[in-house]
Amino acid sequence: MSLKKVYDKQPESFEFTKDNLDLAKRILEKYPKGKEKSAVMPLLYLAQSQNNNWIPLAALKYIGNYLSMPYVNVYEIATFYSMYNLAPVGKYFLQICTTSPCLLRGANEIVKVCQSKISKDKDTISNNGLCSWTEVECLGACVNAPVMQVNNDYYEDLDKINTEKILNSFIEDKPLKPGSYRGRKNTAPEKKQNNNGANNA
Amino acid sequence: MPKIIINNKEIEFENGMTVLQACELAGEEIPRFCYHERLSIAGNCRMCLVEMEKSSKPIASCAMPATDGMKIKTNTEMVEKARKGVMEFLLANHPLDCPVCDQGGECDLQDQSLYYGFDKSRFKENKREVKDKYMGPLIKTIMTRCIHCTRCVRFATEIGGVTEIGAIGRGENMEITTYLEKSMESELSANVIDLCPVGALTSKPYAFEARPWELKKTETIDVMDGVGSNIRVDTYGWEVKRILPRLNDNINEEWISDKTRYACDGLLKQRLDKPYKRENGKLVESNWDEVIDIIYSKINETEKSKIAGHIGDMQSLETINSFKSLLESLNINNYDFREKPFYINPKNKINYIFNSSIKGIEKSDFILLIGSNPRLEATMVNARIRKNFVLKKTPIFSIGDAGDLTYDYKIIGNKTEDIKKFLNNESQASKIFLKSKYPIIIIGESALQLASGRSIFENLKKFLIEQNFISDKWNALNILIQNASTVGAIDLDFLKDYKKNNLEFFDNIKNNKFKLLYFVGSDNLDFTKKDEFVIYQGSHGDHRAQAADIILPSPAFTEQNGLFINLEGRLQKSVKSSYPPGEAKEDWKIFNLIHQKFKYNNIFNSFKELRDKTLNKVKNHSDFGLLPETKIDKEDSDLDNLADETININELDYYFSNSVARSSKTMSECRSVRLKNIKNKTGT
Repeated sequence: MSLKKVYDKQPESFEFTKDNLDLAKRILEKYPKGKEKSAVMPLLYLAQSQNNNWIPLAALKYIGNYLSMPYVNVYEIATFYSMYNLAPVGKYFLQICTTSPCLLRGANEIVKVCQSKISKDKDTISNNGLCSWTEVECLGACVNAPVMQVNNDYYEDLDKINTEKILNSFIEDKPLKPGSYRGRKNTAPEKKQNNNGANNA
Repeated sequence: MPKIIINNKEIEFENGMTVLQACELAGEEIPRFCYHERLSIAGNCRMCLVEMEKSSKPIASCAMPATDGMKIKTNTEMVEKARKGVMEFLLANHPLDCPVCDQGGECDLQDQSLYYGFDKSRFKENKREVKDKYMGPLIKTIMTRCIHCTRCVRFATEIGGVTEIGAIGRGENMEITTYLEKSMESELSANVIDLCPVGALTSKPYAFEARPWELKKTETIDVMDGVGSNIRVDTYGWEVKRILPRLNDNINEEWISDKTRYACDGLLKQRLDKPYKRENGKLVESNWDEVIDIIYSKINETEKSKIAGHIGDMQSLETINSFKSLLESLNINNYDFREKPFYINPKNKINYIFNSSIKGIEKSDFILLIGSNPRLEATMVNARIRKNFVLKKTPIFSIGDAGDLTYDYKIIGNKTEDIKKFLNNESQASKIFLKSKYPIIIIGESALQLASGRSIFENLKKFLIEQNFISDKWNALNILIQNASTVGAIDLDFLKDYKKNNLEFFDNIKNNKFKLLYFVGSDNLDFTKKDEFVIYQGSHGDHRAQAADIILPSPAFTEQNGLFINLEGRLQKSVKSSYPPGEAKEDWKIFNLIHQKFKYNNIFNSFKELRDKTLNKVKNHSDFGLLPETKIDKEDSDLDNLADETININELDYYFSNSVARSSKTMSECRSVRLKNIKNKTGT
């Protein structure tokens, strides 16, 4: 992890679309009167989803005005949380978990595949402009380690060969199905042969 | 009262105290970086760890509320080990550049590492490096040294009222930044330098100037505005190197404004060091005997009614009094101290001071500003109003648009008509006013300067007496005086003929009626010279000296002893901390010279005699540093009706408001940065 880089080519302005504005109003209603500023996190997320998965500075200002809170406070929050992107990401944004359990199960291999297939450095968009990858801390799916999050989906139980397949599918813009790549259903126990040859459920 | 046991000693504490405060009560010193008495609690430096009974882990004492029966230990092995661990983490990324760091010698980290520091680093990895940020012409940043105590962030948000500093990122990558790399738009910004426990934020003008132990420290007071902030002047030889705040809960707490702090480099520049006389339209060097001779013959030549004296904005009581006694000996009856023709009623002390007192602002539950911009006119008063606003959300109203005051307030009009409404209890603010117990009405000089200034003041006073808000318990009537010498000058009656609006002096000045003018440090008076003979006595070669025929060099406020009365009427001592350049003589000695030339024998033999005589003349003053005793007069003066006028608040060129500030390079940088910011904001 390093300090998030803010994109140098920023759009001039940002505004919620009409639908999102309605949504923002509904989000605000969830908070008690006088505590509307707490809505800053869902609103930032809303702005991110509206703007191709990254938040421009104009949106920080817009949300600051919208909640009448100082710009620098919105900026603090946006830089604190790793799930807010302050620079453009690929259409397929790959987040590879490299926390201990995933690392023990071979997350490094996956990172290497990403480096060779997408871009040498993380947070850099691939040559065809479709993908970018980054390392993240625990995604909370250790039971399916190693794990990779792509936009809103999890790809689980990965290994080198499967990851290459999945990455190729993204690069060709024909994404494969998310889920376990060792034939598991969700987090169900794996069928594995015991030493004596008997199946052990 | 609840009790707490600290190191086996039982002490009583007040409800709401933290463990750290209780430990201090018990006389135990707790190391800290992030905790500060006047800021909110952050609890992020972890230096103040102590041991609490029944807790397996050490606790952060600054953030833990003290409760009855708690058992705290501050001197155990566990505590020491915990603090050493914290210190090691803090030093892991802190550069070892103390020899080139300006904080060296007064650095909290340096001091505390003496007790809790490790002799060598176990951190073998690379230290992090952080890019320096631009925070304006006053604050130098070396952000690699930052230990993320967030005191500066909290100060800017809570006290300064400008949320412009923030902590971005997290963990090892956390950085303190101002957004958009711009200077802090606050008149209190430089206080973050004092707050910073390390050398991350240091003073830009003072960079590499001196080490704290080389400086001579003098405790004195500030005269840049009427507040009289308590300051410490640090000098090296005759040079004033820096000015720091001194704790005074009644006036400036522990902050000072940027002007107070940084106008001091103006004390080194543009100084008048020799007497000058004008020959063939040019100022040439002269000597004391010659200039006194010229003054003697000029005064003798001129008709007494055509001679006038004016005293400036930073003059002590002694100077005012000795000048007045000179004028009286010479039988001169035209003198004034005001720079602008504003109405003042000098009959009673309550008519021209800030009666509610600066500390009293905290108690207030209603504030009305009339023609005043406290942010620029008296920064520390504004900080107090903001403190009240933040703590109590007190409703604040203003008649006249004061611009951004760092807190929310409501403009209820900008006409004298709106004052009339308020007097008739018909204003928007009246409902809250009538319910309030401790209202504060602040009348600015801009309002008193109107043609109806007299009736604004007298009507408001009458109204407040009727509402029983001018009583022994609470006095809501406040005049916001802008200059340090004003209250003292009124106390010493340094103005003549106050029956009418007592503004004749200004008419005469404007119409060039006087033939000889004697200015003592008055650079701000609006005056265009025609064929008058002008004597200027002062410290700086500013506006007035350029147009003078005779220049008498005198010391600046840090270079002579003197008394000042601040806007609340507090009498305070200003102490000589440096000496004037060249042949400059103290003001009272110059008046003595002229006295002697005229063969008058009522000269002052010593400074002590002058001070005693001066204090005898000051109306009901109390002891040093105390509020004056005031009497309430109920006499009715004849009231005029309020004329229809618009109340515009005079623009004050904050960074250039007096001759010292105008000579200061730092102030002019601040000013140009501020002007640029204003320009960018309006988009022109």
